[in-house]
Amino acid sequence: MSPLSELIACPKCDALHRARALAENERARCARCGTLLIEPREVSFLHVIALSLTAIILMVGAVFFPFLQISAQGLSHGSSIFGVAMAFSDGFLAPLALAVMLMIVALPLLRFCALIYVLWPLSKGAPPWPRAAEVFHAVEVMSPWMMAEVFIIGVAVALVKVAGLASVSFGPAFWAFCLLVMIMGLKNAFMSKGVIWRALGQ
Amino acid sequence: MTQFPTATDAGLTGCIRCCAVSSATDTHCTRCGAVLHPVSANSLQRVWAWWAAGLICYLPANLSPMLKTRTLGETQENTILGGVFELVGHHNYGVALIVFVASIVIPVAKFLAIAYLALAVGGPERAGGHRHLHLYEAVEFIGRWSMIDVFVVAILSSLVQLGFAASIHPGPAAVSFALSVAFTMLSAQSFDARLIWRGSEQDTV
Repeated sequence: MSPLSELIACPKCDALHRARALAENERARCARCGTLLIEPREVSFLHVIALSLTAIILMVGAVFFPFLQISAQGLSHGSSIFGVAMAFSDGFLAPLALAVMLMIVALPLLRFCALIYVLWPLSKGAPPWPRAAEVFHAVEVMSPWMMAEVFIIGVAVALVKVAGLASVSFGPAFWAFCLLVMIMGLKNAFMSKGVIWRALGQ
Repeated sequence: MTQFPTATDAGLTGCIRCCAVSSATDTHCTRCGAVLHPVSANSLQRVWAWWAAGLICYLPANLSPMLKTRTLGETQENTILGGVFELVGHHNYGVALIVFVASIVIPVAKFLAIAYLALAVGGPERAGGHRHLHLYEAVEFIGRWSMIDVFVVAILSSLVQLGFAASIHPGPAAVSFALSVAFTMLSAQSFDARLIWRGSEQDTV
């Protein structure tokens, strides 16, 4: 089995490469299509865990605190993030309410928890916890469906539409959510899935 | 022999998730346990199935109302394109452009790009791997941003509930548009980028 474990295949073009251990600042790209294959970041596990914990705390705050409030001519109405998803709750639109809730709250939360589960033992050099490979696989599958950053741009567009109609005030949940999007971007910059897969495989 | 030996040429199967190779007889990756997919044009069937489902949902998404606005007893229904025109009417050109690009330009471009990629794999004239790979990566990256309009509708309908003065409710197009975006995302994910190179290689052998 030893020659097989030395070989890696590019996921984008199937070209075969012989992998070797890289130094701290080296990166390996596919010789044919240029896809990034190996990028060692040894210290990154703890960063990802810390950022995931931060994100979980922010998300809990974002769900329960008031998000936005509008007022016009003495009338006012506020909404939480939960209320935003519930906008679709009547009639045949109901499944969309569930989908929105999944995309902006549930999947990100699940992903942060899963990352902590996978990385916690690895960061201490311990063997991974049971079924860590499956959990990390699930993390990868769900990542394109998390749309927190798309949601924030949606908020901006909606605010411009409302601006002529009423005055808008931002609740703490709004700021928590903005911060959350930035944390998620930071965490993606620290994460290298190749490194995690290799650590899980040993 | 081509310049770059591939895992398939060597009788192996590469794992798309973790890059490890396993022998072609294995069904699961020996390192990460993911199901192995040998490079095969059969995966295009799934691409086309999701593509068609997305297109079917995209038509009602544009024809039926996305937003129902009630101001002082008067009800106004807006389609996606109608919403863009209304923003232009209010001189919000920047936001009109964002909504126009996210809900009309990107979805249409995505349908065209996926169809082009899937057709080019099987056809004789191939533009070359790099250009196709970049196109594919762009499609994969940009797909989720079409969801903006669904979120805008959700935020507006939950926020603007001022009773008789003004209230906004979502229309049926919100569901079909969300489905259309989801289906085209699945279509793009089903496409096996390795086919781009597999196809162009078979020419030179």
